[in-house]
Amino acid sequence: MALVVLKGVTKAFRSRQGGEHIAVRDFDLELQPGELFCLLGTSGCGKTTVLNMVAGFEAPTAGVIELEGRAIAGPGRDRGVVFQGDDSLYEWLTALENVEFGLRLRGVPRRERHERARHYLDLVGLRGQEHKHPSELSGGMKQRIQIARVLANEPKMLLMDEPFGALDAQNRAVMQEELVKIWQATRKSVLFITHDIDEAVTLATRIGVMYAGPASRLKAVVEVNLGGARNRTDDRFLGYYKTVYAMIREEVEASLARQARGET
Amino acid sequence: MKRWGRDYGGTLAGFASMFLLWHVAAVYVVGSALFPPPAAVIVRAGALLRDGTLLTNTAVSLQRILTGFLAGSLLGIPIGLAMGSFAPVRRVLDPYTEFLRFIPAVAMITVAVIWFGIGETSKLFLIIYATVFVVVLNTAAGVASIARNKIRAAQSLGASRLQIFRHVALPATVPHILTGMRLAMTNSFVTIVAAELVAANNGLGKMLWDARLYMLVNDIFVALLTLGLLGFVIDRIFRWCIFMFAGRYSPVV
Repeated sequence: MALVVLKGVTKAFRSRQGGEHIAVRDFDLELQPGELFCLLGTSGCGKTTVLNMVAGFEAPTAGVIELEGRAIAGPGRDRGVVFQGDDSLYEWLTALENVEFGLRLRGVPRRERHERARHYLDLVGLRGQEHKHPSELSGGMKQRIQIARVLANEPKMLLMDEPFGALDAQNRAVMQEELVKIWQATRKSVLFITHDIDEAVTLATRIGVMYAGPASRLKAVVEVNLGGARNRTDDRFLGYYKTVYAMIREEVEASLARQARGET
Repeated sequence: MKRWGRDYGGTLAGFASMFLLWHVAAVYVVGSALFPPPAAVIVRAGALLRDGTLLTNTAVSLQRILTGFLAGSLLGIPIGLAMGSFAPVRRVLDPYTEFLRFIPAVAMITVAVIWFGIGETSKLFLIIYATVFVVVLNTAAGVASIARNKIRAAQSLGASRLQIFRHVALPATVPHILTGMRLAMTNSFVTIVAAELVAANNGLGKMLWDARLYMLVNDIFVALLTLGLLGFVIDRIFRWCIFMFAGRYSPVV
């Protein structure tokens, strides 16, 4: 059985001018347990809107979103969210206190939550940094805190919204490797949003390519059979890259043509 | 030691230059009995300290400021939190803050004296009035400026509305509350002096007014100097408190 099902999901926003902006229309997707699904699309294609709806931050205008067969009614701790920026971290708390935040909400005894938070801080490679505040840590380390905070809460799945988008290329590559390791160790389902083809081919078990917005939906789903450790210079890696690149290229051109005609 | 020198050396040099400038202006530029130099003022301050007048008046003014300031803050913080958290509360209370904050506390002295006389009640009323709106506005703005992702993250971690308020909104707003209180403290100073000038039996404002009546220019300057020093010290204490409370993660200071 699929973990998450999106059926005929449409999301419309009212624009400031009073018009209607349709971000996604008739969007269908099924996420399987344990997979790392990358939702890939050009900027403004509505991929973050999809994540926000699965997270429960926004309700769909039409259609159904189900988690294990039950409609999603709002945010919940079964879906842990990792945000792009660091503004979701609590800067008045230490790394450890941030990671145990969810456990504290549930009244987990102090010693147990310290233990669990430490375990996940170790897992994301932040041993020895637990008493620092986010302001004392680098961008990559802050994203690690976010990942540890979500994992410590033991959700059914992870929703990641371009979590490495603000990092420099080296840090991003390191974090991608770490994420794959963490994913292999925990086998949590991940919905990962990105506009970076290389990132998608590096991480995903499946890549969902979206049409350029507005009124977007899935254009194609590419299954990536590359196994665990992936090599960017490997021919098969490049093969997937080329396939996905061609799809994205079409969307970029379509979107540019639409802009040139004065549509948005 | 080097750090100490940088932090306090500059302050000390600033004060020294201020007194020097004052001395030069009083002795060489103005040269009038109506503008005493610092030395004369300090001698007079010594005399007023010994006979107890300065201490009593300072204590009286300070007590009024602190009582009203604390009461005003205790009143303002929950109102500001409620306004920042709940849109309906904000809409209803907005006219109060937006209307009343343009009526300065100094203008309210008139009705305060008519309603409460010249005793402590009118002073308390005025200082609370001077404090409450600044604290409310800063607190509400603080709540409103919390990053949306902080709240969303808490929701996804399983927080209830109450938990979000307690564990996210409140701590995120503390620096803004303290900043509001610091501004309110300045307002309290201005207001208490004005209130004591107009209607009081004691306090630094009353001391100023009496000195003016008898042309005791040195006494006027002693009162002015005391006000400045008092404000400076209290603000420093406040900044230290903010630093101890929020300095680790917040660039408020």
